[in-house]
Amino acid sequence: MERDDLIQDNNYSVSANHDEAHGVVIRKKIWKVTGILTLITVIEVLIGAFIKQYDAAGEDNLLWPYVKVGFLVLTVVKAAYIVLIFMHLGDERKSFKWVILAPYILFIAYLIFICLAESTYWYEVFQGENSINP
Amino acid sequence: MAEQSENISRSELWGGNGSPFRISYGKQWMWMFLVSDALTFGGLLTAYGFARHQAPSWPIGEETFNAMPFLGNGYPLLYVALMTFILIVSSVTMVLAVEAGHRLDKKAVVKWLLLTVVGGLFFVGSQGWEWYHFIHGTHYGSILTPEGWAVVDYNTANELILRMGRGLTVTGAEAKALFDGATATMQGANLIENEYAPLVPQYANFFFFITGFHGFHVFSGVVFNFIILINVLRGVYDKRGHYEMVEKVGLYWHFIDLVWVFVFTFFYLL
Repeated sequence: MERDDLIQDNNYSVSANHDEAHGVVIRKKIWKVTGILTLITVIEVLIGAFIKQYDAAGEDNLLWPYVKVGFLVLTVVKAAYIVLIFMHLGDERKSFKWVILAPYILFIAYLIFICLAESTYWYEVFQGENSINP
Repeated sequence: MAEQSENISRSELWGGNGSPFRISYGKQWMWMFLVSDALTFGGLLTAYGFARHQAPSWPIGEETFNAMPFLGNGYPLLYVALMTFILIVSSVTMVLAVEAGHRLDKKAVVKWLLLTVVGGLFFVGSQGWEWYHFIHGTHYGSILTPEGWAVVDYNTANELILRMGRGLTVTGAEAKALFDGATATMQGANLIENEYAPLVPQYANFFFFITGFHGFHVFSGVVFNFIILINVLRGVYDKRGHYEMVEKVGLYWHFIDLVWVFVFTFFYLL
């Protein structure tokens, strides 16, 4: 007996094939994204090499918190391009896209929150004003 | 791809007789595996953030990683930027291999997949060098001066420089006095102590564990790509009528690039 789920599977796989004309369009998009990712990396390295975390006197650079947020934003932009374009998640059905993204984003947001809240507490215990360290 | 997203009525979509997501079983579960793997890496990087957030001080990326092969020190972040670029390019060659597979263009698939394997090997080699350098440390190590731990360095005129942390440097006679008053030294990095952050030994542990775990993923990705490359050469996917296996290992390969984007930010930039 032939398994109809395997026949279906094969249909999905074969339906992903495309012709030469469509290939030209896709390749153009790929090179565009390559340019964007390279540009972002270059910007990140330049910022990292030239904007210092501390000034000449060893004091905190007041710009640094904004630089930090900027790094995080650039990272998430890069990640979005990789996942949605290179991994083609943007081309899948919307339901599948959210089955992958929603649980992950929820869990990680929770994990980041709980770890930062906890380590803020431990920072107070170890290095704060009333720390246990002499 | 785009063709699979055609409009289908909801009752037909969820009424059985096929995947409601309109993708094959193998591809769907490659995605599920990647979600679980991403949670592992997410956990590791969040643990790193936990340790860093409660630490009194933390080494600065561009001071710790400022060496180039054959050229010595003084090139902040340049080598790791090159590694990142190589990994992005190998991700691009992978997506081009997937695109060629959708056109059933065997020759182009072989070309791009081979370039991906070469790029992956390049990255693993670079990480090996980075580890070697991290373990052996700078030439002169760190010393415990009366004013705290300092990384020892010499400028091009062979004058002593002490890096006191927080971007501060001491030179000249003052540096000489601190150098002569040193009571302890530390060289390189291992799981117990490291010269980059003498007060936070976990720093090296996190470096070894996270970049090591990522490097192992790269290595296994290269092996998977190589196996699929052999299958392509043998004409397995031509016979099958589609190159979805290339797409599936491609998903894994892009995932490795994705993880590196985050490791790069948290270990080297911030």
